[in-house]
Amino acid sequence: MEKIYTRPSYIREGATSGFCPGCMHSTVHKLVGEVLDELGIVNKTVTVWGVGCCILGAGYTTHDSFGSPHGRACAVASAYKRTNPDEIVYTYQGDGDLASIGIAETIYAANRGENFTVIFINNSTYGMTGGQMAPTTLVGQKATTAPFGRDPKQHGYPVHVCELLATLKAPYYLERVTCLDAPNVLKAKKAIKKAFQNQIDGKGFSLVEIMSNCPTNWGMAPLETLEFMKENTLKEFPLGVYRDKDAE
Amino acid sequence: MPKVEIRSESCKACEYCVKTCPNKVLALGAESNSKGYHYVVPANPDACIGCKLCAIVCPDAAIEVYK
Ligand SMILES: Cc1ncc(C[n+]2csc(CCOP(=O)(O)OP(=O)(O)O)c2C)c(N)n1
Ligand code: SF4
Ligand code: SF4
Ligand code: SF4
Ligand SMILES: [Mg+2]
Repeated sequence: MEKIYTRPSYIREGATSGFCPGCMHSTVHKLVGEVLDELGIVNKTVTVWGVGCCILGAGYTTHDSFGSPHGRACAVASAYKRTNPDEIVYTYQGDGDLASIGIAETIYAANRGENFTVIFINNSTYGMTGGQMAPTTLVGQKATTAPFGRDPKQHGYPVHVCELLATLKAPYYLERVTCLDAPNVLKAKKAIKKAFQNQIDGKGFSLVEIMSNCPTNWGMAPLETLEFMKENTLKEFPLGVYRDKDAE
Repeated sequence: MPKVEIRSESCKACEYCVKTCPNKVLALGAESNSKGYHYVVPANPDACIGCKLCAIVCPDAAIEVYK
């Protein structure tokens, strides 16, 4: 009998992630690990963590990584990749980090077509700090800072990062995926693999937005978040490829 | 015979695998791990077909599959 599924080498032996039960941050860490193993690049990959629950990945994974100031991961990764072009560099950021405090750094790195990979976890909340409203919080969705739900008159509308970046010429690849069931997890993995392969091939800025959950701050059991996402999140944030220069 | 093994210390009882398994192999167990989660056990092991779907959806990479 042969082992046909095991954890990637990127996860520390015996480690348990610090993420809450059912949090898709965990799933995405596993997928990144599987992709790095399959591409044989785990030993030359460097992560630039944003600020947020993402940083819980630092103790969970084996390879080199460093933190960046809140929102600045794309600026840090731009500098690191330009000075270490032989290494594989990716940022791992939440929606508060990437699309709020860091939206300028994100847009300009994308606009320069920087040759690194962005793994963007959009859980429509500031998870780590306890559930404040994020740029991506859905209309009507409650947050500690919007106790009656997001009201467009007061708070504006959710920000769609893939659509926004797709107005720029330089980005090479932009795709939005999710991890809410097995077929979608496999699609998410394929997108993450492509985003790393693009970097290996020197093609330029590649971003995968993973629509995710936050059971803890949404106040739901993990299985309930999956239903909520199908009914709400994915209607506001349609999955799909927003830019793929390979296909043009 | 295909089979699954659960890393009980890594399981957080989210139940994604329980819901996903087409053959109802998995269930939350009676025992809890050191973090207090009632980790998943193969309650109906003979029904496993080694399809890996449980392992694919497991956020915490807690499932190993053999075939
Ligand atoms: C300059 C600065 N401002 C605010 C904070 C507090 N802070 C920590 S994490 C975070 C937001 C995290 O949200 P997100 O990026 O969506 O990550 P999540 O935890 O949801 O994955 C904030 C505002 C900080 N650490 N530094
Ligand atoms: S607070 Fe939310 S985003 Fe952070 S680990 Fe828990 S479930 Fe995941
Ligand atoms: S491998 Fe397939 S059949 Fe076996 S426990 Fe997992 S999901 Fe069920
Ligand atoms: S999916 Fe993984 S963490 Fe969740 S209950 Fe199953 S084995 Fe445990
Ligand atoms: Mg967030």
